Amino acid sequence: MWQQIRSNRIRSVFLVIGMGVLLALLGYFLGLYFAGSGELGLLIALMIWGIMTLVGYFQGDSILLATARARKIKPEDHPRLYNIVEEMKIASGLEKMPDVYIMDDPAMNAFATGRDPKKASVAVTSGLLQKLNRDELQGVVGHEMAHVRNRDVLLMALAAVLLGSIVVIAWYASRFFIFGGMGRTRRSSSSGGGGIAMLIIMAVAILLMILAPIFAQLIYFALSRRREYLADASSAQYTRYPEGLASALGKIAGSTEQLKSANNATAPMYIINPFRKRGMTAQELTSTHPPISERIRILRAMGGASYADYSRAYQEIRHTTKMFIPEAALAAVGSVSLRQAQPEAPEKSEVLQRVRETNNALWNAHNYRTITCACGTRLRLPPTYKKPEIKCPHCGRINPV
Amino acid sequence: MPIWGWIIIGLVVILIFIFFGIYNSLVRLRNQVKNAWAQIDVQLKRRHDLIPNLVETVKGYMKYERATLEAITKARTMAQQATSAGPAERGKVEGELSTALNRLLAVVERYPDLKANQNFLSLQEELASTENKISFSRQFYNDAVMQYNNQTQMFPSNVVASITGFRPGEFFEVTVPEEKEPVKVSFADQEKS
Repeated sequence: MWQQIRSNRIRSVFLVIGMGVLLALLGYFLGLYFAGSGELGLLIALMIWGIMTLVGYFQGDSILLATARARKIKPEDHPRLYNIVEEMKIASGLEKMPDVYIMDDPAMNAFATGRDPKKASVAVTSGLLQKLNRDELQGVVGHEMAHVRNRDVLLMALAAVLLGSIVVIAWYASRFFIFGGMGRTRRSSSSGGGGIAMLIIMAVAILLMILAPIFAQLIYFALSRRREYLADASSAQYTRYPEGLASALGKIAGSTEQLKSANNATAPMYIINPFRKRGMTAQELTSTHPPISERIRILRAMGGASYADYSRAYQEIRHTTKMFIPEAALAAVGSVSLRQAQPEAPEKSEVLQRVRETNNALWNAHNYRTITCACGTRLRLPPTYKKPEIKCPHCGRINPV
Repeated sequence: MPIWGWIIIGLVVILIFIFFGIYNSLVRLRNQVKNAWAQIDVQLKRRHDLIPNLVETVKGYMKYERATLEAITKARTMAQQATSAGPAERGKVEGELSTALNRLLAVVERYPDLKANQNFLSLQEELASTENKISFSRQFYNDAVMQYNNQTQMFPSNVVASITGFRPGEFFEVTVPEEKEPVKVSFADQEKS
């Protein structure tokens, strides 16, 4: 079971190394062009990357959670979500329970962060909690847990930092080029000699400046798409119920709300691309996520719940003979059968219940206190409320706080 | 020393390394099995702890279901006494508890008041989640056992396993006797009353 994760990791590591090489080349040639010393450029590029990596490694998850405006919840704030996360933690064999966060946003989305499986967080939007039933939510949380378990989070964070460094360096270099380029050319012409060499260096520098960010972006997208398929496969394996995730993805694809607090760098962290437009087919190469319809069709074609089933469905739907997961890894795991859907209350009363639950969780996450009056009215008290009692506006009873 | 002497020494050293490599991986797999079993244990205990709560909540509403409630309490006591038993034995006892629980939850359908009780609703979520956690930890445990057993039975690791005394692990299945029974019983009762 761990073998295909390893082989996938090796492939991903190569892609990340490719990005690193791009960064090094960019730094080297820009240095050669601007300062006449490739080593200096390389050093500066590596320093920028090093600082960004350190920040990303130690602060990345809190930065991400803060920009997504996620709030941490306690088990009693939303028992169902917390239980589902715990169930998936057990199914995936994670050692430590991740922190659970809620984002107050009607859009349906979720993401996981944390540099290693011991220090992970899972965040879901309130929209997701309200619109998905238990099985569907389980599929989504399973997908996120798979990202944690497969160490995608760390890898994607490292790749994002690399991409960011390349973009930043290329951007600043292009400013220098436009505004400071004149002095440089004058000096080089006065020195005479190596004019052709200088021209070649300039051409390479300009080319890298333009192309490196684009290539880095493409590598990043390829990396991200692959991890999405693997996380889908793992989710099916954990829940033994691919239909849950498939139907959740269907609901998510059908919703029109866009996530307010996402940006380009954080997009691959979410379960679906937060920027997708409805009705538009995503450009294959420039998307962080595979098309949802394809992910759903693969999940529905599985027939079983093992990686082998996913691999077979993947080949069938994508009309490819490429193995999704190496054969040797598949042989180690026996066949895995599906389980039944969980019994659910009638959808209508269930939705009401879910909305209530979610609201409760949000109030609690904002430190409001809830008091239920004897007449059944629920009173929400803000954290600034300091009086020892409160009068119920409905029946007039005095309730102690 | 002649050249083949060195070759033999080299081979022996390599074999020793391989031996301990396999030994270590066996130990790791066995620990994984132990860990997974501990997870199941935690969840089963949690279920045992939930049941008195459930019975207490339900009692007030169900005056005519004494037998069902007694069966559940009895099954729980049995299950608690078997906590130190092996996977197979525990699976059987827990299966009986599952049956009793299912029967109770089927009966609940007849008490709309109870289904509206906030306390009962949160208990129901806890119970459903605990059932899930049991089945997920069982899933993980059985996967771990299979991996471990494969290692103890396949060449060349089986040689190391038999020399150092690694025994194959036992799978855990919650065997529910007469699985269809609870539904049938509740329908039959309903028709009589």
